[in-house]
Amino acid sequence: MPILVGRDLYKSFGVTPALCGANVSVDEGEILAVMGPSGSGKSTLLHCLAGILSPDQGEVHYQRRPRSGSNEHSNGERIDTLPDRKRVQLRRTEFGFVFQFGQLVPELPAIENIALPLLLAGRRRKAALAAAAPWLDRLGLDGLGPRLPGELSGGEGQRVALARALIAKPRIVFADEPTGALDSVAADQVMELLVDAAREQGTSVVLVTHEARVAAYADRTVLVRDGVDAITVGAP
Amino acid sequence: MTVSYALLGLLEGSDRHGYDLKQSYDRWFGAAKPIRFGQVYRTLAQLTRDGMVEVVGVEAGAGPDRKRYSITPEGVTDLDAWLGEPEDPQPQLQTVLFTKVVLALLSGRPADEFLDQQRAKHLAAMKALTKARRAAASTQDALLADYQLFHIEADLRWIEHTVTRLATLAEEVRDADPRRA
Repeated sequence: MPILVGRDLYKSFGVTPALCGANVSVDEGEILAVMGPSGSGKSTLLHCLAGILSPDQGEVHYQRRPRSGSNEHSNGERIDTLPDRKRVQLRRTEFGFVFQFGQLVPELPAIENIALPLLLAGRRRKAALAAAAPWLDRLGLDGLGPRLPGELSGGEGQRVALARALIAKPRIVFADEPTGALDSVAADQVMELLVDAAREQGTSVVLVTHEARVAAYADRTVLVRDGVDAITVGAP
Repeated sequence: MTVSYALLGLLEGSDRHGYDLKQSYDRWFGAAKPIRFGQVYRTLAQLTRDGMVEVVGVEAGAGPDRKRYSITPEGVTDLDAWLGEPEDPQPQLQTVLFTKVVLALLSGRPADEFLDQQRAKHLAAMKALTKARRAAASTQDALLADYQLFHIEADLRWIEHTVTRLATLAEEVRDADPRRA
């Protein structure tokens, strides 16, 4: 069942159209790759789906986790028209993010970067750090907790970013070229860890990439061309 | 050609029977296509005539052939030379894809549709190979899948590149077609 649906999305930057009627849906627990050449609109699509950007036209619907006993309507909640404050809240509680360059907080050691989403959610420092610790081991970062981002390799930094994206058990992780700055061995490692961790906790992943090797980890690939979803490969 | 050198390489470690060589060949290089016994024996006969290999004994072994083969010093030199010589990059599949694109354009068929279908097939193959690689029992199997993945990826990059240049290519193809001149 889709938990996130973008319908007929249009978005322009000035006179430059980035999306021209794109349609995408993401199923619960699905790993979806969004592929396309640079300038095809794939990052804009991710930003619209994740509620970072508002589309000029079209709708984005998100199905929250069903609360026990409730029977929410099947269309989900329209999130593209939510006020900023509510969208920020939604992104913080339901979504996780990984970008091409980890975008870790440079002044914080790895372990605190991982714990950040929990700290922002109001968890006590001690509890947040305790929850972050197993992620170091899980992502092959043993002993690197006290290191600052500047003291990590590219692959290590991206694995810290992965842990940070996943620690709060988000419903969907949005990953924008997460391996774009890595060599193929580090890229494979990051993708394997992302896919395994997402599967384990049932997290859906929207993965934007221009690399077919990276997209090959996904269940389904949507190809974006000229701002439109052009081809879909994989299970419907 | 590669088969001769593969057999020479396998013989370099130790003398072997033909049957034994087939088993080793299949284990290391025969994942896509196992070698036939006939080809092993034909290749060994040729290598023997060329002085790269010699028969060092005839005795009981597994399989019909009782001959035990050994690599000669000439064989080792030849193998060295082959290993040290870089290969011409082989365009392989791309020539077929290229031919199809030009033929499609020449005949007024939609080349972009053909490329889209090809892309979908390539992407699906990469998904299957990635899955196989992740489940691979050994590094050897994983690297074999990687080898295929990187090659398919190269084709895909060519497809992406071509899609963006189709209009120009179509013009050139039309201009060069004598029927339309």
